[in-house]
Amino acid sequence: MARARRRPGPDDGGVGAGQVVVEVRGLVVVRGGRRVLDGLDLDLGPGVTGLLGPSGCGKTTLLRALVGVQRVVGGTVRVDGHDAGSRMLRDRIGYVTQSASVYDDLTVAENVRFFARVLGLGDDDVDSVVGRVDLEALRDRVVSRLSGGERSRASLAVALLGAPDLLVLDEPTVGLDPVLRRELWGLFHRLADAGATVVVSSHVMDEAERCDRLLLMRDGEILADGSPDEVKRSVGAATVEAAFLSLVEGRRP
Amino acid sequence: MTPRILAAVAVRVLTQLRRDRRTLVMLLVVPCLLITLTWWMFLDTADGSGDVFDRIGPGLLAIFPFTVMFLVTSVTTLRERSSGTLERLLALPTGKLDFLLGYAVAFGLVAAVQAALAVGVSVELLDLQVVGPLWLLGVVAVADAVLGTALGLFVSAFARTEFQAVQFMPVVVVPQILLCGLIVPRDDLPAALGAVSDVLPLSYATDAMQHLTLTSATAQVWQDVAVVLAYAGAGLALGAVTLRRRTA
Repeated sequence: MARARRRPGPDDGGVGAGQVVVEVRGLVVVRGGRRVLDGLDLDLGPGVTGLLGPSGCGKTTLLRALVGVQRVVGGTVRVDGHDAGSRMLRDRIGYVTQSASVYDDLTVAENVRFFARVLGLGDDDVDSVVGRVDLEALRDRVVSRLSGGERSRASLAVALLGAPDLLVLDEPTVGLDPVLRRELWGLFHRLADAGATVVVSSHVMDEAERCDRLLLMRDGEILADGSPDEVKRSVGAATVEAAFLSLVEGRRP
Repeated sequence: MTPRILAAVAVRVLTQLRRDRRTLVMLLVVPCLLITLTWWMFLDTADGSGDVFDRIGPGLLAIFPFTVMFLVTSVTTLRERSSGTLERLLALPTGKLDFLLGYAVAFGLVAAVQAALAVGVSVELLDLQVVGPLWLLGVVAVADAVLGTALGLFVSAFARTEFQAVQFMPVVVVPQILLCGLIVPRDDLPAALGAVSDVLPLSYATDAMQHLTLTSATAQVWQDVAVVLAYAGAGLALGAVTLRRRTA
């Protein structure tokens, strides 16, 4: 089932995306002697899924497990029927880590070009993703001289290379101005509309409203799962933040 | 292994070096200056510059590619491990060998230039006597540099900070410099130290360089180069073990 990485269309997120389904079953992850995830079950499908919760709740660990770079103690993570991280998935997943995983001493274009070569993509693809994250004007600037937000966009550009079927984004909008944040969420939705499965984590509750599906996470557990409206309605809260508080307090013995 | 990815890694490493002028100077110019300094030190000793420098010069040509590449690689790959770029690369279709050999190729090329400069200065300006073919000195230097790169890659797995990475210098490199025959000829070392010297790879690189200055017979040199490359291969294999797709 080798599927060539799709070429992005001019305006959309890509055409003919494979509908990737992620299945997490009984996932157990131990970090530093602590059970960060303890038997987590989760299904993810196309659309933009937001993973929201406070720092340290296990968001990053879960995302790393989806990509297949997290050492797990138990359970399975299957992406499109394959074990996460297996060879046939590696050119179909775009991954943005929390810290911008790009080379400080290379320019934006050099960074993107390098990862494009690794994926076997050409310079057209480089131009396309640099444009999508709005870094054309800075493409020849060395990454160490960019602001935090610009760096994370450079990192995002790399993840967008080749229009992956599954896009895993760990806090991609931290430190960005509201206009840019809105644009990026627009981009995530365009990618999802083209069929990609997009998972975005955030600790900023007001980003929740922008997701198709919302997962509220705390202490390694999913507290709520549904559309933003469903989540709010389930506890009769006006905002996602209020819903989160009410869910946390409702659980206290 | 994918040649396209290997080449991409090598080109990227070289691009980073080109941007980092100071490191480039350290890689290419500093060895020449230090060799010249050593030559100068012995200029007024009893028997003039000739003899002592002819004995020590070849060892220096072996030591610099090894030491400098060890240092540069251990810090660069540590940076790659801690910045998340390695994790990203391994989540992509990059093979471990693509990564390791990409580095080895890039630093091997730099070592070839470094060797050309160091040999040029030693032979042309400082009058180091070399009987064997000069290009073979270059081959030894490149093998030696790849060895430094391989060991640097390996030890970077055991450091958490660049400060810790640099601390491997006195542990891994200095004993090899002391025992490689530069200071005391290997045959004159106490038996126990001679045995230790026999298992240290830099000794073979130094032997190869010394052979080349004394004789035009190359069989022994190729044997030494083979030993150095075997150690480099083992170092890269150990390095591959430390590259984990999944981390805690």
